[in-house]
Amino acid sequence: MCLAIPGRVMEIKGGLAKVDFGGVTREVDISLINPKVGDYVIVHAGFAIQVLDEEEAKKTLELWSEIFKLGVG
Amino acid sequence: MSAGAQPQLRFRDRGLAEKILEGIKGLGVKATIMHVCGTHQDTIMRFGLDPLLRGCGIRVVSGPGCPVCVTTQREYEEAGLLMERGKIIATFGDAARVRGPRGSLLDRRAEGGDIRVVYSIRDAAEIARRLGREVVFLAIGFETTAPGTASLLLSDPPEGFSILCCHRYIPPVLDAILGMGEVRIQGFIQPGHVSTIIGVKPYEFISSKYGIPQVIAGFEPLDVLAAIYMLAKQIRDGRAEVENEYTRAVRYEGNQKALEAIDQVFEPIDVPWRGFPLVPKSGMALREKFEAYDARKVYEDELSDIVALEISEDPNCRCGEVLRGVAEPEDCPLFGTACNPAHPRGPCMVSIEGACFISYRYGPGARAGDPQKA
Repeated sequence: MCLAIPGRVMEIKGGLAKVDFGGVTREVDISLINPKVGDYVIVHAGFAIQVLDEEEAKKTLELWSEIFKLGVG
Repeated sequence: MSAGAQPQLRFRDRGLAEKILEGIKGLGVKATIMHVCGTHQDTIMRFGLDPLLRGCGIRVVSGPGCPVCVTTQREYEEAGLLMERGKIIATFGDAARVRGPRGSLLDRRAEGGDIRVVYSIRDAAEIARRLGREVVFLAIGFETTAPGTASLLLSDPPEGFSILCCHRYIPPVLDAILGMGEVRIQGFIQPGHVSTIIGVKPYEFISSKYGIPQVIAGFEPLDVLAAIYMLAKQIRDGRAEVENEYTRAVRYEGNQKALEAIDQVFEPIDVPWRGFPLVPKSGMALREKFEAYDARKVYEDELSDIVALEISEDPNCRCGEVLRGVAEPEDCPLFGTACNPAHPRGPCMVSIEGACFISYRYGPGARAGDPQKA
């Protein structure tokens, strides 16, 4: 129910977008966000609810790698 | 995000997961932590994190984070009653399968009821538009789902379309669960997708009021492990703050457009949750302006019979306690025997986000290759 899936915006027409979920394309309502073509969005029950931030995703992974590969206590 | 980045795959790095687990163990914290999202439970069980975390001194328990599970039997009965009175009921698949004293909504199809399982409220509205019939959408779910309902109601729904509103706000139930004093937890993992909508601020009063640490987490194994590390660190340091692990999706202020849609359409009311007494300001009711789409107003006379109905829950089913974090699925005498995914007795065994379903599917018996749990 609160499961939401990331997908990539392929095309935008009015309040709807074609979103690619790893090869499966679905029409998604984008009235709750303002995505651009190429953005990754989180989709829940037919509605895109947030744009994923690529820089933040990279930063998170880099930070963990840095902290934990060095070892913490 | 470029296609080559594949962040969801890198968020499953086994070596890094082992390092984070070492980090958690190194903090030397013994704690019980509650999550409030079935998808977190799924990640913990599916990737076998539960025994690893216990080995580090951390026990994770489920809270009231499955929307299908916390919806009360009375709400499902309201939908059943409207179906008996000739309305088409549309809802999500798991909600249609929750069993009550008179069977599930899907069972009632055999008695001539018309129920349609949909992926989105948009599909339900489309059925009303296409058939020109009365369609009632059983609208369940938290702040993740409610903006979609609000958006649709704001965009001129078709004639004959209405909703049976069962949406709920998450922060008030966190307050209730700690206020009841029944469960002893030292931290919360907060639901990532609810938080994409509400942001960070609505959780802050919980930390101030109860001195409890909270971390908003994503759903990959590394997200959950990192969130638990962050919580354990707060516990060790004696801090009680709201931290955000899921920064790639959750902004401090949330999704303003979605929040505005929720505020325009709904107002908070006191409602019971399955397993809980009345939780103040935790339910979303349609504002007066939208009463033409409120099934409880439109079909007030037809629903008046519900008041007289005795709606009891299965006395042997412990879903209520599982949802309050005071019992684990395996504590229920029905678990895995009289209650299983093929014949669920309680909602926690129906929903893919239910703690019982997840334990049945990925618990120790399933991992040991129990043929009963294939």
